[in-house]
Amino acid sequence: MDKPLIEVKGLKKYFKTPYGMLHAVDNIDFDIYKGKTLGLVGESGCGKSTTGRTILRLLEPTAGKIFFEGEDLASFSNSKMEEKRRDLQIIFQDPFSSLNPRKTVSQTIMEPMIIHKLYKTKAQMMEKVLEIMEIVGLAERLVNTYPHELDGGRRQRIGVARALSLSPKFIVCDEPVSALDVSIQAQILNLMKELQEELGLTYLFITHDLSVVNHFSDEIAVMYLGKIVERASSEELFNNPLHPYTIALLSAIPIPDIHYKPNRIILKGEITSPIEPKNVCRFVNRCGYATEKCHLEEPELIEVSKDHHVACIKEVIEMNANKSILKN
Amino acid sequence: MNTKSELILDIKNLKVEYRTDDGVVNAVNGLDLEIEKGQTHGLVGETGAGKTTTALSVLDLIQSPPGIIVDGKIKLEGKNIRGLKDKDMESIRGNDVSMIFQDPMTSLNPVMTIEDQIAEVIEYHESGGYKEAIEKTHEMLTMVGLPPRRGKEYPHQFSGGMKQRVVIAMALACRPKLLIADEPTTALDVTIQAQVLTLMKNLKNQYGTSMLMITHDLGIVAEICDKVSVIYAGHIIEHGDLVDIFDNTRHPYTEGLFNSLPNLQDRKAKLIPIKGLMPDPTDLPTGCPFHPRCDYAMDICTKKYPEKRYRNDQHFVECHLYDSDNIKRGGVIKRG
Repeated sequence: MDKPLIEVKGLKKYFKTPYGMLHAVDNIDFDIYKGKTLGLVGESGCGKSTTGRTILRLLEPTAGKIFFEGEDLASFSNSKMEEKRRDLQIIFQDPFSSLNPRKTVSQTIMEPMIIHKLYKTKAQMMEKVLEIMEIVGLAERLVNTYPHELDGGRRQRIGVARALSLSPKFIVCDEPVSALDVSIQAQILNLMKELQEELGLTYLFITHDLSVVNHFSDEIAVMYLGKIVERASSEELFNNPLHPYTIALLSAIPIPDIHYKPNRIILKGEITSPIEPKNVCRFVNRCGYATEKCHLEEPELIEVSKDHHVACIKEVIEMNANKSILKN
Repeated sequence: MNTKSELILDIKNLKVEYRTDDGVVNAVNGLDLEIEKGQTHGLVGETGAGKTTTALSVLDLIQSPPGIIVDGKIKLEGKNIRGLKDKDMESIRGNDVSMIFQDPMTSLNPVMTIEDQIAEVIEYHESGGYKEAIEKTHEMLTMVGLPPRRGKEYPHQFSGGMKQRVVIAMALACRPKLLIADEPTTALDVTIQAQVLTLMKNLKNQYGTSMLMITHDLGIVAEICDKVSVIYAGHIIEHGDLVDIFDNTRHPYTEGLFNSLPNLQDRKAKLIPIKGLMPDPTDLPTGCPFHPRCDYAMDICTKKYPEKRYRNDQHFVECHLYDSDNIKRGGVIKRG
């Protein structure tokens, strides 16, 4: 089989706070193959956005390796990384604050091309800008408009266009549709999927919306307080979730079907502080299955069946096996 | 049919405009809404459809200028509450009708303790003194699942889910007849959302509070509401109970909303978005405001606003596709 396009190994990102080190991302591993999408889900503060930013070295990793096409991005000098960013782009969550209000649509899409000196003449650049605008479904007449003149859906199309302007291989999508209405959300998701098929793009898709991630991703990693607690193909994860947190998360999705009666697991207890956490399971205070063992050591992410990884004790994994929660 | 006495809230032909320098924003355009006692009524729509404006009109909280209620009747338990004097309106707000706002982070006062904020509402509306109010506050905190001792703390010491519980406790402190919840869980994580929804469901069962639940999430509607009204460009375009709306969908816009949602059971299913964008409320399309985005639009849709067509006693749509016959049969649109 091919080598993965992105391979993350032992990635850590700690932040210094007055109370100690905050373990935002704590020793995570994953890989993504070319043309595939890895969905990264979790609740606010679990470290999913930090992961996305650290991979692109918008934040410097505390430890770990990030292999992109076999080269370790973490070891690159700043200038070499800058060059490499041609291949690695990001789409941000908020289409309102992630665009420069003083730049027109064409200026925003053109800026990366100018920085990377891709084209000799302005006319060539403009031609490319119009081509990208067409790809993402922005009418040519909008070329000189400013972000405040446009609605959220069109703004997010600019965000997508800007990410595409350098023909990247890999895009981190950080909650790209969370700020949009459902009818517009569907438009943007379809657009991103079409682009992936046409251009062979690879995505890291960060979201808190589980129905979106299920629709969009090939594989899903569930994060809890800086750790990946479960990773599997989307189908496997939704049909056979094994980690108690994944199960609680899936059971909490409100489903637009009145015949579905959720078997909801309501989480109790306080969330463990991510500052200097102890070396025990981080979910233990909220877990309905917790045993004495869980308070003593931290479970490793182990492969329980092909490509299905879980960080939990054996007894609980066995108990939860094949207990689908999304069917009636 | 229901008799009027069973209605807690009855809105007829509500029209609200925002008169700005850039033109008149027609936010609500002749909206009818009836909420029955003890029921949870979902108001579903997208950004700019007029959901929040409708809610604010009930409490006379529309910022003026630029907002003006141009026309319409608003009745609470059969009594008119539109255009009341400020003083009379004040005794209704927080007492008979209270509201939970979308963002719990910004709806609490950061320099006041939690218990003082809740007690303030009780002191204002009820005759007892501060001590009594604090006592009642502790009851309320217990009811929403917060330990009363934490009442001495400040909002920044609470998590998002806990703050939303405080806001709910505050809204329920005077046992309102009607609770308006404007996207109460949108700012929360799913597991916390599940907790808050469970709490609200329990409160409804326990105290029989009537609720207007404003949301864009059909999943939440399926879970918590009894009746649903779908709002588009300031009109209720479809209304019914859960079975009517979810299993007998009639309006093309409602159909579009369902088709835009990813299906958890079938992840390969392609999303079918509604084409185009929400209309500009300063320049609404003629006829049916949905016609430029509608796959079924006909000539008449561009000319005339459709009348209500009833499928049964309660379920109606405002759409030219239907006559008194085919509305019962269905099968006119793909869903339903």
